[in-house]
Amino acid sequence: MAIGLQLLVQICQMALVLALAPLFAGYVRKVKAHLLRRQGPPLAQHYRELLRLLRKDVVLADSASWVFRVAPYLIFATTWVAVSLVPTFAIGLIFSYAADVIAIVALLGSARFMLALAGLDVGTSFGGIGSSREMLIASLAEPAMLMVVFTLSLLAGSTQLSSIAASMQASDVGLRFSIALALIGLVMVALAENARIPIDNPATHLELTMVHEAMILEYSGRHLALIEAAAYLKLLLYVSVIACVFFPWGIAISGQGPAAYFAGIGVYLLKLAAGGFLLAVFETAIAKMRVFRVPDFLGAALMLGFLATLLLFVTLAG
Amino acid sequence: MDRLALDVAHLLAGGLVLVSFMLLYQDRMTGLVNNFALHALVVSLSVAWQAHIQHAPHLYITAAIALIVKAIVIPLALHRIIVQLGIHRTIETVVGIGQTMLAGIGLVALSIMVMLPITAKAGTLTQQDLAFALSVLLLGLLMMISRRNAVSQVIGFMSIENGLILAATGAKGMPLVVEISVAFSILIALIVIGVFLFRIRERFDTVDIHALHQYRGEQL
Repeated sequence: MAIGLQLLVQICQMALVLALAPLFAGYVRKVKAHLLRRQGPPLAQHYRELLRLLRKDVVLADSASWVFRVAPYLIFATTWVAVSLVPTFAIGLIFSYAADVIAIVALLGSARFMLALAGLDVGTSFGGIGSSREMLIASLAEPAMLMVVFTLSLLAGSTQLSSIAASMQASDVGLRFSIALALIGLVMVALAENARIPIDNPATHLELTMVHEAMILEYSGRHLALIEAAAYLKLLLYVSVIACVFFPWGIAISGQGPAAYFAGIGVYLLKLAAGGFLLAVFETAIAKMRVFRVPDFLGAALMLGFLATLLLFVTLAG
Repeated sequence: MDRLALDVAHLLAGGLVLVSFMLLYQDRMTGLVNNFALHALVVSLSVAWQAHIQHAPHLYITAAIALIVKAIVIPLALHRIIVQLGIHRTIETVVGIGQTMLAGIGLVALSIMVMLPITAKAGTLTQQDLAFALSVLLLGLLMMISRRNAVSQVIGFMSIENGLILAATGAKGMPLVVEISVAFSILIALIVIGVFLFRIRERFDTVDIHALHQYRGEQL
């Protein structure tokens, strides 16, 4: 019976992230528009777009193979599974013991692999450019992400995201410089992975510098809806990871009962609002980089990850 | 010693290493000088914190010297020099920021590997400070050999001195006289280097060290 209940909470979490993801992306867009003194599209716009795309027919290119048709489902599924492993409003949910944070990175990596394959599949030049750039970014962002993960795992003594969040919450970690470095590194990786400014512009469609949009240019209908939804989920995932590891206050612990869960959801929504606001302010304040500057940017993130791990050894030895 | 005191000391010393990396990364002249001012500011904060937790009032004077001389006077002088040399808009062509950063990481790892076993008997605070100070020192040297512009080399040299101050305060027992004379000699060095910069510029129309090598007949 207890397992059934835990499963129910886990399913609620998965439904919650799926429902929140388009809203969060819409919220960031709304705040950005307000910062530019514009009206901006309504908050529910992303839901409407997804519904509209789901109703439309799929138009396939003649040269599209089965990879092109299968990829959206795989991308969406792996991303959703990855989000379900991340503590959002409660730690220690039943799925979170199934895989650790390295598995989350691997799930996102396979989603990216499928997306890049799909971009290459049709054989248009835009898709190829997008895929090659995506791989360039990924080859640098992934090691940086893993270094950050190693830092946190060394501190918490575990690679389970739930355990890391729990040990951060226990607040016997103290004031560690490595944590600050890891936070900055992770934010830089998150910006790169989610195709946000300064790496890529999520609002652009007709520019030679675009990365994410270039890969999915050939998609339409429900395929496009799934890929867009996966992109929203991924953004929510990174914000949730940052929130649960670096700002673990107010998160519920599994088995505390419904009241704690609802309080956890309330705090989680507040954290998302704060995170989305900061993201919008950052994106408004900064300009997009040239593509060839991206290695420098991500190299700095990798450097921060390395440095965080190294500095940790000094304190661990002491 | 309580945990918070150690943590803040660690934070400041680690911050100094991070600012050293920022110096390596920065390729604009004015940005470099501002970054150096930040470097000196972090050093003076770190020294002031050490003075507080070690109950050593003379270290406050060290901190004040670092703040006034290196965070204010020297950056202002360097800004003037840069404007007068007409290189305040130039972007330095640094060869391979990525490789330099990797080398820097290697140096930090090296200094931690070397310092931690040697200072195992000393207190945690000293241990940390010496490891970080050696990294700052080596990063300053790396900056001096990886840059071609004479002004950036001067900044690398000054950041080495910041590392030395950190080491000295961590080691508990640098006399004030030494500190004052070191600060003074740094100022003198700045003046001498400033004069040399202008001489180099007059002679070669550039402050790129490359020109000196060519003048000596070295093939590069």
